Amino acid sequence: MAYFLETLIAGLFAGLMYGLVAIGFVLIYKASGVFNFAQGAMVFLAALVFVTLVEHGANFWVAFALTSGLMVLTAVAVEALVLRPLRNRDPLTLFMATLGLSFVIDGAAQFFLGTDVHMLDLGIDDIAEDYGGLFISWFDIVASLIVVALVAVLGIVFSRTRMGVSLRAVADDTLAAQSIGIRLPVIWRIVWSVAGVVALVAGLLWGARQGVQFSLSLVTLKALPVLIIGGFSSIPGAIVGGLIVGASEALADIYLGPLVDGSVSTWFAYILAVAFLLVRPAGLFGDRDIERV
Amino acid sequence: MASLLELVDVSLSFRGVKALNALSFAVAEGEICALIGPNGAGKSSLLNVINGVYRADSGDIVFDGSRFEAIRPGRAARLGIGRTFQHNALFRRLTVRENVLAGLSRHGEASFVENIFRFGRDGRERTDFAGRADHVIAFLGLEAERERIVATLPYGIQKRVDLARALVSEPKLLLLDEPMAGMNQDEKRDMSRIITEVNRAFGTTIVLIEHDVGIVLGLASHIVVLDYGRKVADGTPEAVRNDPDVIAAYLGTVH
Amino acid sequence: MTTIQDSIPEAGPAEALPSGATLLQIGLVAAGLVIAFGLVPSLASDYWLSSIIIPTVVMGLAGISLNLLQGYAGLVSLGSAAFMAVGAFSAYNLILRVPGLPLPAVLLLAGLIAAVVGVFFGLPALRIKGFYLAASTLGAQFFFPWLFTNYPWFSNNSQSLTISAPRLEFLGYDLQSPLGRYLLVATVTALLIGLAFLVVRSRLGREWMAIRDMETAASVLGIRVARRKLQAYAVSSFFLGITGVLWGFAYLGTADAHTYNLDKSFQILFIVLIGGTATIFGNFLGAAFIVLTPILLDHVVLAANIAYLSDQGAITNLQRVIFGAIIIFILIKEPDGLSAWIRRGVGALRARLGR
Repeated sequence: MAYFLETLIAGLFAGLMYGLVAIGFVLIYKASGVFNFAQGAMVFLAALVFVTLVEHGANFWVAFALTSGLMVLTAVAVEALVLRPLRNRDPLTLFMATLGLSFVIDGAAQFFLGTDVHMLDLGIDDIAEDYGGLFISWFDIVASLIVVALVAVLGIVFSRTRMGVSLRAVADDTLAAQSIGIRLPVIWRIVWSVAGVVALVAGLLWGARQGVQFSLSLVTLKALPVLIIGGFSSIPGAIVGGLIVGASEALADIYLGPLVDGSVSTWFAYILAVAFLLVRPAGLFGDRDIERV
Repeated sequence: MASLLELVDVSLSFRGVKALNALSFAVAEGEICALIGPNGAGKSSLLNVINGVYRADSGDIVFDGSRFEAIRPGRAARLGIGRTFQHNALFRRLTVRENVLAGLSRHGEASFVENIFRFGRDGRERTDFAGRADHVIAFLGLEAERERIVATLPYGIQKRVDLARALVSEPKLLLLDEPMAGMNQDEKRDMSRIITEVNRAFGTTIVLIEHDVGIVLGLASHIVVLDYGRKVADGTPEAVRNDPDVIAAYLGTVH
Repeated sequence: MTTIQDSIPEAGPAEALPSGATLLQIGLVAAGLVIAFGLVPSLASDYWLSSIIIPTVVMGLAGISLNLLQGYAGLVSLGSAAFMAVGAFSAYNLILRVPGLPLPAVLLLAGLIAAVVGVFFGLPALRIKGFYLAASTLGAQFFFPWLFTNYPWFSNNSQSLTISAPRLEFLGYDLQSPLGRYLLVATVTALLIGLAFLVVRSRLGREWMAIRDMETAASVLGIRVARRKLQAYAVSSFFLGITGVLWGFAYLGTADAHTYNLDKSFQILFIVLIGGTATIFGNFLGAAFIVLTPILLDHVVLAANIAYLSDQGAITNLQRVIFGAIIIFILIKEPDGLSAWIRRGVGALRARLGR
């Protein structure tokens, strides 16, 4: 039983990290209706730029500010060069454009900053301490607090600020939002910038855990099941989806693993996601689209 | 005449709005029945329920002697219910001829292997389908466009392709969703003539939705008036024309 | 029977290509066969055959496979490479464990096994629509490399978990040489192209396109949508299985589970995108692009003598950027791919020449 709890807790913490990355996807999906395959690349880019700046002597906050600035510039460029020309196209086309974008970002990041692995030290201990039988590290706690804070801040922004309300209007009905004067390009630039900063936060935490390297970009692949389960357009949903995926993966590895003599976590999340889709096509928190003829 | 189609207490709601409210009426075999009513009265929803695109919340549909609570579109097609769509649900990237051929799908019996390798029942099916498609294309005057991709055609022609596609499978019941939308008076008269001809020549029972009351009074032998998903009148054109409830529904004085 | 003659606006430029076999099409096919089986074998060097022509042809076939599913039937798949892996590993095990099977039988059976697997992973398509469907094939893309790595049985318990090509031969002819492998690839591809045309021009292909263009209308007409979707997965995976065997045995020589990875699936996706959806020959344009770009880039770098870039990692990353940029560019400018661009060019030429 203790073993089960341990695995569950570890899985939940891992899931929280998935959820953190998924938030970026949700932001963009809400505003532009596209699954941004390049989000993982953005996480990687942000982490790589940050760590390079730090290695060249910048302190944490300067590096953070400069990297955030770069993410904003990236957002503006993406809006102008990719989103605007592809307005009104079908979701598959947009997805493929973000796929192309991920190649561009990954390639450019490594072309200019190199392909070495960088260690990232945030000054937070990542040693598991024994808390009455459960092993949790200070890093887990800090990460969780950051995620909670992020969700809370975003929640407040969406419900209280004009920008947030505009965003929700755009997510609800793009044409109607435009007709009352909300300018899509501005919204998109803002959302992609915020997603970029969220990517930076995620990149820092993930990078601290597993080093800043190309594989960071592959978190995208875990995000799809998370979003399918939690819904593409809900931030709390992204967290819940992440928790479910993280926990299930960990438990599946422990309990199914021995049956198949190996680790199932590479593909388990997908089977879970497909199972969810068969039962609840819109995810737990997502919007259900009614098909009108 | 026996009734081919009967609706018994059919209700349907969307996100809290009642689109159809305990609707009951019957359509006799071989007649042309028109559904009229103000916008939002539930007419398209009604057609969608009859051929299974929407599932009614309650009530039954009786078609050709069989009673259903709900029916899947494929099954409705195989029973002989055909339809056209308000927003032209044509297969945009296919030609006129391919669209019409697609309309014959319910008659296909060859297996997919036979279809691919052109043996067995496929040969007969091809000639049969081609013949039927050509016949309907000629009937509706579409020969000049038969190899054109439908997305490039003018709206009026597209509507005729939609009709051809529904007609080609020789349905028992044909549901027409605003077949004359977007047409001028001359085009409407032509479409009216086509509908009358189809009914006369093939004996197809027709249920159509149409906004132009003038056309409808001359075309249909049976009119059902809907307002807010409820039946307001049901009878011959003369009876309906003089019905005060109908007048009120259109003018909006009584709800 | 009355026919209604309306005045119809003058015919515009957009006509479907004639569906019957015209003299021109027969001529093109004949020319293609002459080039493929006459010119190429006699003129191409071993290097060209092994490193450029064979991979282009096989990847073109992969493009056709995905195109059948995605371009014609409208069903998303991100797991094409996984089905190629199933074909390759099936073929390997068949040759290993069923002695005496002639090569064509191996290819056919490998294709059929891949088809069955494809149908299984296509089952979610019956309930899930649009982009979400990607989850199922993406799952396959992660599952099969894991399966083949986790169970060494599939690779005959080899230390490195690789499968190597058997001695390729047919009717006594040795097909091991570059020329032999090319002829094998060309023959199989020609046959599969023929099959693809048969499929696409049949009632099956027509109903796929109907489902792709407007699924609701298709079901209202009585098209058996579920059945057709599963058949699409079956046919596409059949093609992919055989393609996988050719890729592993006739091109690479050895393969392991990770040969058929996500990157490969993306490459195939790009081939369909670049070459054009719902085409057959366009896929070879896309494949040529995918195969040639890295090679061209290598030559450019060498010629331009940029020392900075002689680091292989940097070149790979530059390639990534270029690929990505081209994908985006094509999506913006020419969403129907190179073949649509060519078709338009031909149409404009014909208009210019006055028909």
